[in-house]
Amino acid sequence: MREKLVLVGNGMAGVRTLEELLKIAPDKYDITVFGAEPYGNYNRILLSPVLAGEKTLDEIMLNDRQWYIDNGITLHCGTEVVWIDRARRRVVAADGGDVIYDRLVLATGSNPFVIPVPGKDLSGVVTFRDMHDVQTMIAAAKRYQHAVVIGGGLLGLEAANGLMRQGMSVTVVHIHETLMERQLDGMAGEMLRQSLEQRGMRFHMPAQTVEIVGEERVRGVRFQDGSELYADLVVMAAGIRPNIDLAKKSGIYCERGIVVNDTLQTYDPSIYAVGECVQHRNQTYGLVAPLFEQAKVCANHLAHFGYLRYQGSLTSTKLKVTGIELFSAGDFSGGEGREEIVLRDASQGTYKKLVIRANRIQGAVLYGDTVDGAWYFQLMRDGTDVAAFRDQLMFGQAHLGDAGHGGQNKAAAMSDHMEVCGCNGVCKGTIVKAITEKGLFTLEEVRAHTKASSSCGSCTGLVEQIMASVLGGGYTAAPKEKPLCKCTDHTHDDVRKAVREHRLLTIREVMDYFKWPNPDGCHVCRPALNYYLLCARPAEYQDDPQSRFINERAHANIQKDGTYSVVPRMWGGVTNSHELRTIADVVDKFNIPTVKVTGGQRIDLLGVKKEDLPAVWRELGKGGLVSGHAYGKALRTVKTCVGKEWCRFGTQDSTAMGIRLEKRTWGSWMPHKFKMAVSGCPRNCAEATIKDFGVVAVDSGWELHVGGNGGVKIRPTDLLGKVASEDEVEEYCCAFIQLYREEARYLERTAPWIERVGLAYVKQRVVEDAAERKALYARFIESQKYAQLDPWAQRAERAVQKHEFMPLMEVV
Amino acid sequence: MRWIEVGYLEDIPRLGARVVRTTQGDVALFRTAGDEVFALRDQCPHKGGPLSQGIVHGRRVTCPLHNWVIELDTGTAVAPDEGRTACYPAKVERGVVSISLRHGELHKNA
Repeated sequence: MREKLVLVGNGMAGVRTLEELLKIAPDKYDITVFGAEPYGNYNRILLSPVLAGEKTLDEIMLNDRQWYIDNGITLHCGTEVVWIDRARRRVVAADGGDVIYDRLVLATGSNPFVIPVPGKDLSGVVTFRDMHDVQTMIAAAKRYQHAVVIGGGLLGLEAANGLMRQGMSVTVVHIHETLMERQLDGMAGEMLRQSLEQRGMRFHMPAQTVEIVGEERVRGVRFQDGSELYADLVVMAAGIRPNIDLAKKSGIYCERGIVVNDTLQTYDPSIYAVGECVQHRNQTYGLVAPLFEQAKVCANHLAHFGYLRYQGSLTSTKLKVTGIELFSAGDFSGGEGREEIVLRDASQGTYKKLVIRANRIQGAVLYGDTVDGAWYFQLMRDGTDVAAFRDQLMFGQAHLGDAGHGGQNKAAAMSDHMEVCGCNGVCKGTIVKAITEKGLFTLEEVRAHTKASSSCGSCTGLVEQIMASVLGGGYTAAPKEKPLCKCTDHTHDDVRKAVREHRLLTIREVMDYFKWPNPDGCHVCRPALNYYLLCARPAEYQDDPQSRFINERAHANIQKDGTYSVVPRMWGGVTNSHELRTIADVVDKFNIPTVKVTGGQRIDLLGVKKEDLPAVWRELGKGGLVSGHAYGKALRTVKTCVGKEWCRFGTQDSTAMGIRLEKRTWGSWMPHKFKMAVSGCPRNCAEATIKDFGVVAVDSGWELHVGGNGGVKIRPTDLLGKVASEDEVEEYCCAFIQLYREEARYLERTAPWIERVGLAYVKQRVVEDAAERKALYARFIESQKYAQLDPWAQRAERAVQKHEFMPLMEVV
Repeated sequence: MRWIEVGYLEDIPRLGARVVRTTQGDVALFRTAGDEVFALRDQCPHKGGPLSQGIVHGRRVTCPLHNWVIELDTGTAVAPDEGRTACYPAKVERGVVSISLRHGELHKNA
C-alpha cells in the first residue's frame, strides 16, 4: 500500500515540491492537497502584471485542475485546514473533513502585514497578496480615483505601479527616507524615486501612518505630524509575515516562522515545511528562487533518497516595473574592512555600487544598467577573489565584446521583435512569451523551450536580464556548483575526485559509485566521464567510442548534410608541393566538392562521404599526411609566422618552434579544443595573444601567453611569463596543458577556466614551483605515449572500428 | 508483415547504431545496453540530421547536429522539442536482426 502524503498550501513552494517528488518517485505516495484559494496553483510573482492589466489569471496559471487529475492528486481547494492532530497523524479541515497522513508538508506561505492602526478594517483598505486582492484593486480602480499605497518596498512599488496603469492617481507612503531601503542605498533609492516621479507616482515620505480615516469607506490617511492625504483606496503593502497559525496551534515549534532543519523537517519528524512560512538557520525567505531550492531538497527526503541538504540561499532582487532597471544583492552597507567602488553617471541615469571585503564582493546595487547583475551575483556566491581584475570590475563582464547580438546589452531597451540569440534567431518577445505562458523559472528551462542562449551562450547575460525583468527576484540563477548533467546532482569536481581517489576504472563503475539514476547516462555526462577516466589513467583506461561525440568517433567533422570534413595536419602550417599534390589527387579521386583554407593555416576537404573516409585517409597517408584532429577536444593547430628565417623583423625561428610544439602535443585529448600560435616578433602576425597558449618571440627569448580566445567572446591572453630557451617553451607549454587537462571541467575552454581559478594559481603551479612544473611535464609526456597514435592510419590500415564506416546492409 | 534480415546483433555496437540503406532512404538500427534493437528513419525531425551518428542512452538517441533527443521506440522528440521521425518494426531472433519496411499506421512519419 502506498504511503499517504498531505500538502497544506496550494502555492508555488508546495506544488513545486510535489513536482520534484513526482519526477523522482512518482508512485511513492497517495497525495492530497489543501488550498485556501479557489484556484489551482498560479504564479504569484506575476500578480503585478495582472494588476497592471498586462496579464490575466489564465495566463499565470502554473498547474490547472487537470494537472492534479492527471497526477492522481486529490485537490481540496477553497478548503482551509484548521488543526493537525499529530498524535493520530491526520489533518482536520474547516468543513469538518479529515485526512490521514504518513508525511505532511506545510507550505502555508505568508500573510500580509497590516499595520495596527485605527481604521484598518474600513472598506477600501486592501492588502496585495493574492488573486482576490488583485481583483478587488482592479474593481476599485474602475470606480475610484485616489489610491494611497502604504509601503515603499518592492511589493508597495509594484502595487503602486499597477494601480497607476489602471488609471488611478497614486501616492506611496513610506516610513523610511529611502525607497526599498533593504535593497537600495540612499543614492539608488533617490534615483528610483525620481524616475517614478517622472512617471507620475507621488511620494509622501518619511511618514508614519497613525490612522486610516473614514466612516464606512476609507476617506484618507492621517500621519503622525498631523497631515492627511485624501484616499478612496488604501493598499497595505508594508511587508509580509510567515503564516504560522496552523503550525503553532498544532504545537509545532515556531519562532518567526516554522523552524526547520537542513532537510526541511520541522520538530515533528513526519512533518516538513517549505516556502515563505519557514524559518531556516534564522532566515526567512520571500522570493521564489530559495523556495524552489527548498522544494528540491524536501522532495529528495520525501522520496527517501536522503542526500540533499538545504544550506540557505543568497538572494538578489529586481523590481518588476517596466522600464526601470534595478538590481540589488547581498550586503551593501559600509563598515569595518569594507570598501566601496562607486560609478555614477547622472546624465546616463546609471549608478553602480559594489561593496568589497577581503577581495570578495559582499553586495551590489545597480541602477539604470543592470547587465552585469548576474555576473556580480555569481562572483558573490562563488566567493571569487576579485583582486586580479578589480580595476575592471566596474566596467562589467564586457558583454559588448561578445559576438551575435548586435551590441545590445540592455534587455529593457529592446523591443519584442529584436533578436536576442543570434545563433538560433530568437527574439525578445518569444522569450518573454515562453517565460509567462509555460511558467519557466530557470535559465535551463528557457534554453530548452526557446533555444535562446543554448548554442554559443554569448547572449546568456541578456536572457538572464529578460528573465529577471519578467520574474523579478523570482528567477532562479544558476546554482553555485552546476551538476555535471541532468542525470545527476553531483558536480564535475565530485566526479573527478572520486575517479582519482577510488580507483574507478570504467564509466560503469563511476555511475554505480554515484548511483546514476539513468542507467547509461546521457549525451552530456558520458563524454565527460570518458574524458575524466582517460585523463586520470592514460595507460589503463579503455576508451569507450560509444561515449564519444560522433566527430571524435569518426575522426572527422560531421556537416549539416551528414557528410564529413577532413583536415590533414600540416605541422606549424608549413607544407610543400608533395603534400599539396597528394591533397589535389585525393580531391579529384573522391570528387570532394569543396576545398577551403582554415583559420588555423590548414586545408579543409569538405563533403566527404562517411564510407569514403578510410580510403581518403589511406591516400593521404601515402603522401605522409596524418590526422589534424580538427574534430576533437584536443590540440587543434599551431599557427606560426615565418619568423627570422625570412622576415626582416623576425627575432627567433617561430616556425621551427611551432612545429616542435605541435609534434610534442598532437593527439592529446583535452577538456575542450586547444589552439596555439607562435609569432616571431611582437608584431604578432600569428595572432598568438588570442590563443589558448601563445608564444611571442622577442630578442631576448620567448613570451608565453595563456587563456586567450578569439571566438564568441574575445579574450586576450594573460602573460604567463618569459623564458629564454626553446626547451623551456616546450616544458612550460606541456606543463600548462597538463594542468588544464587535469583540472579544467569537461567543455571548459582555457579562458573561463583561468577566470575561474585565477591566473595567480596557474602561475604558481606552472611558473613559480619548478618541481611542480617538471612533474606536470612528466605526466604529460607519459600520457602522450598512449595518445600519439595516428587514428587515421589505424582505421585506414588496420581496420580499427571498421563497422563505423560501413552500412550494415543495402536492401534493394 | 514482410521481415527482411539485415544482419547480426553483434554487428551493431552496444549503445550504438548501424545504417541499412534502402530504396526508401537510410534506416538507422539502434542497439541499447539491454540488447534491444530499434529501427528509425535516419533523419532527425528537426533538420534532418543522421540519428545513426548520435549517442544512444537508455531508449533514446541524441541527434549529433543540435542535440535533439529522440525516443527510439516511437521516433518522437523528447519535450519541449516537438516532432517525429518514422519508425519501423524491428526484431532479433537467434542473434539475427530483421526489420520491416512497411511501417504501420501508428508509426507513420508525422
